[in-house]
Formats: sequence, structure tokens, C-alpha cells
Amino acid sequence: MSTRSVFPELEQLLPRVSKPVQYVGGELNSTTKDWEATEVRWALMYPDAYEVGLPNQGLMILYEILNEREDVLAERTYSVWPDLEALMREHGVPQFTVDAHRPVGDFDLLGVSFATELGYTNLLTALDLARIPLRADARTEEHPVVVGGGHAAFNPEPIADFLDAVVLGDGEEAVLEITDITRDWKREGSPGGRDELLLRLAETGGVYVPRFYDVEYHADGRIRRVAPNRDRVPFRVFKRTTMDLDQWPYPKQPLVPLAESVHERMSVEIFRGCTRGCRFCQAGMITRPVRERSVEGIGEMVRAGLERTGFEEVGLLSLSSADHSEIAEITKGLADRYEGTNTGLSLPSTRVDAFNVDLANELARNGRRSGLTFAPEGGSERIRRVINKMVSEEDLIRTVTTAYANGWRQVKLYFMCGLPTETDEDVLQIARMAKEVVRAGREASGRRDIRCTISIGGFVPKPHTPFQWAAQCAPEVVDGRLRRLRAEVGGDRSLGRSIGMRYHDGRPSHIEGLLSRGDRRLGPVVERVWRDGGRFDGWSEHFSYQRWVDACATELASTPVDLDWYTTREREEHEVLPWDHLDSGLEKEWLWADWQDALDEREQDDCRWTPCFDCGVCPTMGTDIEIGPTGRTLLPIASVGTGSPVRNPAFSPPDRAGVAPGAASDDGGPA
Amino acid sequence: MRKVRLRYAKRERLRFMSHRDVARAFERALRRGGVPMAYSQGFSPHPRVSWVGAAPTGAASEAEYVEVQLAERVPAAVLRSELNRALPAGLDILDAVEAGPGVLAHRIDVSLWVIELPGVSPLALASAAASLWAEDRAEVERLTKNGRVLMDVRPALLGLSAGQAGWGVPIVSPLTMGDARDDGLPGGAGRPVAAEVPPGHDHGAAQGGAVVSDDRVDDRRRGAPPCGILAAVVRQATPTVRPDDVLGALRVVAGLEPPVPAKATRMAQGTLDDDGCIVDPLAADRTVANEATGPTPVEADGRFDASSRDIACAGAESTPTPGR
Repeated sequence: MSTRSVFPELEQLLPRVSKPVQYVGGELNSTTKDWEATEVRWALMYPDAYEVGLPNQGLMILYEILNEREDVLAERTYSVWPDLEALMREHGVPQFTVDAHRPVGDFDLLGVSFATELGYTNLLTALDLARIPLRADARTEEHPVVVGGGHAAFNPEPIADFLDAVVLGDGEEAVLEITDITRDWKREGSPGGRDELLLRLAETGGVYVPRFYDVEYHADGRIRRVAPNRDRVPFRVFKRTTMDLDQWPYPKQPLVPLAESVHERMSVEIFRGCTRGCRFCQAGMITRPVRERSVEGIGEMVRAGLERTGFEEVGLLSLSSADHSEIAEITKGLADRYEGTNTGLSLPSTRVDAFNVDLANELARNGRRSGLTFAPEGGSERIRRVINKMVSEEDLIRTVTTAYANGWRQVKLYFMCGLPTETDEDVLQIARMAKEVVRAGREASGRRDIRCTISIGGFVPKPHTPFQWAAQCAPEVVDGRLRRLRAEVGGDRSLGRSIGMRYHDGRPSHIEGLLSRGDRRLGPVVERVWRDGGRFDGWSEHFSYQRWVDACATELASTPVDLDWYTTREREEHEVLPWDHLDSGLEKEWLWADWQDALDEREQDDCRWTPCFDCGVCPTMGTDIEIGPTGRTLLPIASVGTGSPVRNPAFSPPDRAGVAPGAASDDGGPA
Repeated sequence: MRKVRLRYAKRERLRFMSHRDVARAFERALRRGGVPMAYSQGFSPHPRVSWVGAAPTGAASEAEYVEVQLAERVPAAVLRSELNRALPAGLDILDAVEAGPGVLAHRIDVSLWVIELPGVSPLALASAAASLWAEDRAEVERLTKNGRVLMDVRPALLGLSAGQAGWGVPIVSPLTMGDARDDGLPGGAGRPVAAEVPPGHDHGAAQGGAVVSDDRVDDRRRGAPPCGILAAVVRQATPTVRPDDVLGALRVVAGLEPPVPAKATRMAQGTLDDDGCIVDPLAADRTVANEATGPTPVEADGRFDASSRDIACAGAESTPTPGR
């Protein structure tokens, strides 16, 4: 199929929309290729606004891996805002890629990465604008194969109607295998049509094709069984795991957008997976085992990335960055290397641990010590045992006291509300903790202008976690607890003044909960919401709770289930869950035992430091923990450029002895 | 501490960048290029970059100005070529001169805009421009932070001319010359005005007054869709009159409604000299730099581009203005 750029038509619309630069492409390190010179063509989509989607590491990695293949072309597409959507419909401009502005409908494959369930309606907008039939079974060889991925794809059932295929887990190797299968099928002249291609993908066992499975229900609405409806299709589909991260140093050339994005920094993934075992955390459960990138691998990615991007900040990314076995060496090595170059380093996810304050001090040694973030997640020690977040009150106070004493002015604390077994008392404890933090902080720092911000999210039970059986807390209950918490914080005027509180009402979480543990009967609900105007459900200014409630009432009327059945109902041990045939490696028996431990307020250790507790992942997936310490070090680089992390010989006369002016300023801490 | 003044272009699809976008891309290019930047002191040091105005989002430009402070002396030509390697294509450094005395912003108070209006017949455009020129006031509505405000566009308009795409010459009168001071430098003061236009433009000239000459605005390229071209010399006031405001004034005064969005390009900025020519704001720095060091390698190579030079003329030798 040939194609063309729709940019001339699009260009006429851009002066009429907000932030037009997000649609023009031209990112540094982006790739455009000759369409005719390639055999397999992927459009990769992040179903949210460009400013959110562009920095997404997953999409960036796949984009680069695919484009490194000579005969493969990959371009990116993002959700367009409603202002442009309306103009595109009016002027007949289809969903386009930002690289070469080619119509998405012309590609062989459309890969969509779902970080959250609230992107589902945006998938439908993109399909519709691309003139791809919404329902997978209405598509022909003329249409791209729509492949879903990302964390939300571990239960893709609510959007099973709209996806041709789903990949669970790491995408690096999976996209290449799908590419190879697609290429072979095309070369053979597309035998057996679209069905045959999907069968070839399904029979690998690593690609889920929802339409090859039938779901049967009990009269009361529970699932009776899920089974393949044809030969060559396995009963269970396994997740993909990329081992040895040093073999996959992507992105090598991170994309740098022209437009502003939500993460104005470069990210280097220092390890993947987490076995801390927080019971609410789907990411930690589905990405096991822990696989570390080596110190040298990290150093090289930081160096190359800074040269190729010009970013001022590098985030050392992972689910719990301070847990890297050589994190002290990494942070010190990088801080030494980039001293004087105005390059910031950050650890986005840290635990409540005084050690983390040391790391943060190291990273901020030349800069301002503005804010540190910790995530105790639960207000009381009891609820923290339930969720397996092992932090004592004493640890927390000691940690924040150290932080304030070291010159940090603001501490941010993350919590959740609506956790299983939670009572009002557990939530009110958050206020007491925040006050104690401020009191201790004032004493340790000797100043009154320190702040503590508490940020509270609604808990959503997720598939493949021990809480997959739990009843979700009703939004009214969450809202009531947050109101009482607010009053409790404001109750003490002196301390309350130093405490900020951020939270959302419980209703978006209620819908997220519906979609995260939903099944195929929600397909019509998603479509109804979209037809009624649902777009950008992750954005509070676009989200309409009522639209979802109404769509559930309409579309589920003929079924025995409803919104509450999916959300606030506790499941029984042997109920068939909609994602039971999708194998994350976790044994269902282990998850159930861990759920029972949660109810008994019993904690579970981390298998990196204690014996294996048989979650099941390693034996099922044939994987193993990959951690250091390796004992290796970052190769020191004698000096880097003045005022820049890049050394350009054009600016470096041989006799120059450079100390960057303005670089080694004071550390911002009080004396 | 060294200061270098740069003229840069914002072209093609990159015209949709906002000024914040440009500033961010520029600062990243400085880092990627390993430019020895000077940083501000304090808690969060920033590279010392001073912007002089900014073309609005959606408008292209061949004449934007920025000043950078370096931690050490770097030849302006090297800075220009290294920065161009690091910048995305479409943000292009056209000129780099070591700063002499004086404040750059004081040398900029008018802009020459060239606005392409696909689908608008040159004749209709010329007649609308003449109507606007004849008015004393032309109020347009502008949406600001504080709601809608009325702004009179007319006082800021110093020159207006209409023409047609596809021409290599201006519509009304031959390109004018500025004053005849010739300092012997390529592109020094006294070069022809606005003689070059960016890719995609065939024509550009600033004329005093709106002038129509029927015999030269008929469609010489038979079969080509009409595309009117408007050149406007605008004084920079507060609030700034933007190309959109000029088009708004044409709508208000003459009911001109372009069928598709117009494409505006700033061709020159500077001060008006006594002859009504736009003086290159970097000319003074260039003179000082050349006195100090002789011509820079770039100039010796002859690798200047004519469009980057110097003065656009808004009035000299122009045909008498109807109605004025």
C-alpha cells in the first residue's frame, strides 16, 4: 500500500488549534524513512496527549528498536485534543503520525501502549479518525493489526472487542517477533488473510488474540470459563520478560520534543521489576523478577543521552530506584562526573529511608535542596502492614528529620485512601503523621518555613495483585474520609499552615476500578461513553463520571452485573477472574495466600535479601533475579565541558583550564 | 565574559513553536553543542541568554535576535556553525556578531512582515490594503489575559504594500536603495532592501503606503491559484501589533476574509533611519568587531546570505501614497 503525507491539509488547521507545535513532529532524534523501502510498518501510539505520551519510555524504546531494522519503519501517533479532532472531522484529515504525517490506517500494525485504563476512549477516537473499524472482527486485510500493550493490557478484556492482539510484559523482543511473523506472512502473499496472521501470532503463546477465546458466564454474572475456540491457540498466554538489560541499552537516542512535555528530563532505566511486594502495586507484581542494569551500562547511557539530547536533568528511573544494589556508587560517580555542568540528577521513586536522604544530598550537592518525596502510602502502622509497606512511624520521622536537618525545605508524602480493611482512623493518622513531621522538621532545621505536603490518591484494586479479590471502597466513603482528614489537618492552625494537602475526589478512581477488573461485557460501555463524547478520561477537565454511570446503566441493563458488581464487590477464592488465562507468572495460590496475609496484617519480605517465597514467576517464566553488586565502577571522565555536559573540541583550546563560573555555587542549605 | 548577538530564523513547520519552545530548544542546543555558556548565580543557575522580543506562535521569521553570554571568548563564526549543528533544522542561526557597546533592544523598534494569503486575489488584497491605509483608526479585538480588548492597529502601521506570489520583484516600484554609505562590507549599510525572501516566498518588499498598480497584479502565472502577498512595516508598540492584528484590521475595514489561514514571516527588524529604511541592528556591532579584528572567516568566505543583510526600506523612492 502506498501512502502520502497529510501535512499540507493539517497545516491549514494548525493555526486554529491550541499548542499546534505538538502536531508537527520534528523531534530531535526522530526518524523518518522511505515508505517503499520498508517491508513492515508500525504506527506506535500512546493514547494520551502528546505532552504526556512523548516522554513515555516504552514507546520510545520500541520506536528505536524497530527503526534500527533496515526493512522496518516505525512512526508515532498520539491523541489529538478535541479542538483538532473537530477540525480533522470537518476537513476529512485522518489520524496521522507525527513523524512523516502518514495516515495511521496505511500501516501494517498499530501498537498502542496503555499505561492506564483511562486511555481506552482515546483508542476509539484514534481508530475512528484513522478510519479503522472500531470492532476488530469488522477489519479486513486493508486495516492495520491493532496490538495492545502496557501495564493495563494485563487485563485487556474491557477493550477486547477493539484489539486484534495483545502483548503482555516487556516489548523489546516481542515487537521484533511480531515483525518477523508479519513480514513472512506478507512475503508469502498474505495466505489465509488476517485470520491466518493472527493465528500465527497466537500460536507463539506470547500474543493474546482475544477473538480466539470464548467467555462463558454463570447465571449470576460470574465467569464460568474462558477457552480457545480453535486449534493452534494455547489455553494460556504468557508475559514477555527481557533479561540482561545491558544488552538493551534503549533509548540510545532519546527523543527531544519541540513542545513542552510533562517530563522535561531524560530518563535512564536503572533496573526493571520490583520485589518489595507492596500488595497494591500492580507494576511491582507484573514486572518480576528484578533485573538491574550495570553501573557501566548506566554511566554510558547517561553520557550518550546527555550528548544527544541537551537535557538539563537525568532521572534514574525504576520502580524503587534506591534499591539498586550499587546505587551509592552510581549516584556518587555521576555527581562527580557532572559537577560544574549544571546537570541535575534525580531519583524519581524512593523509599522512606535515611539512606535515601544521603543519596539525595549527593545528587543535590551543587543545587538547591527544594523538595524530597517519600511514599509511606498508609497513615497507620496497621494499614502499612496490610499493604506490606514496611515503614515504621519512627523510621519516617527519623528520615524526614534528617532531610530537614540537611537543608531540604519541603517533604512530600504520598498516601492512598480506600485501602482494604481501612477505617477512618487509619486515614486520620495521616494528619497526625504530617503534623509530627512538621514539628520534628521545625526542630531539626531551626526554621519555621519548612513545609510538608501530603498527596492522596484513591486506591484501585488491580489484576495480578493480592488485592485483585478486594472490594473497592465506594467513592462516597473515600470522599468522606478525605473530608475528615482535611478538617483534622486544619484543626491545628500553627502546624496546619505548614501542611499542604492534595487529593482528588474518589469518582475517577471508581471508573478506573471498573475498567481495571472488568471483562468483555464492558466493551459496549466503553463504546457508549465514547459515542457520548468521552475523551481524555484521565484529565479531570474532560472526565465525566455521570457519562460512565449512565453508560453502565444502559449497556449493562440486560446483564446480571452492574458498576458496583465490578467495583465494590469482594471476589471469592475460586471465582474465575477475567484475566486468569493471562499469565503474569504469579501463582494464583500465592496471590491468594498473600491476600490472606494482608487481612491478617502479616508482612512479606523481599526475595532479594531473604529466601524465595515462591511467588511463581521465576520458575514459570524461566527467569532469575539479576542483581549486583558487580563491584565494577564508573570509568571516571577527567573533565567535561564548561557550562555543558558535552565537550566540543571546537570550543576547547588545548591550553584551557576551565572552571565553570557559576557552577559550584553554594549548596542552598542553611548554615 | 563575552557576549555574542545572534540573528536566527524560525522556519516552516517550526513556526508553530511558541517563544518558550524556542527558548527551550535553544538552551538544549547550547548544551548539546558544548557551548561554554556563562550561568547566572544562585540556587538554580540559568544560562545567560537574553531574548529580544519573539515572533508569535504560528509566525515564521527570518530576523529574530538573541544575545548569549559565554564563559570564555569564542569566535562568533564558530559559535554560529556549532549551534547550527545542534539546532533542529528550521531554527537556523543566520548571523553571529560579538557584541559591541550599546543595548541590542534599543536598536529594534520596527518589523517588516510579509504575509502570504493563499486564495486571496492580489487585486482584492491591494484594494483592502489601500482602504486600511486610508483609515485613521482600525480597531481590532484582541483576546488577552484580561479578556477582550480593542486595539487600534493603524498607528503602528508605517507601510503597507500588496502583491502576488510568484513574482521575483515587488509590485509597485523597483526595490529601493538605502542611503549610499558604503562601508565596503558585504551586506553593510546601503545594501538593497529586503531583496531576498525565504523559501516559499517569491516576493517581499516594504513600501510606503498601500500602492496598487493594476498592470502588475494580474495573474501572470495562468492557472495557478491566486495568492496575495502583503508586506507591512509595523512599529513595535505595547501591545505589539502582530500580523494577525493587521489581517484583523483588513477584515474590519475591508471585509477581507482569507479562505485558509495566512502565513506570516518577519523579514527584518531594526530601527528606521531618516530615509525610512530598516537598519540592521547588528550592523553597529559588526563595525566594531571588524575594526577590532578584521573580517571574520565567515565573511571572508562570502558565506553570508543576502537575506540576512541589513536594511529593509520603508519609504524611500516610493510611489506617492493614494490618499496620503
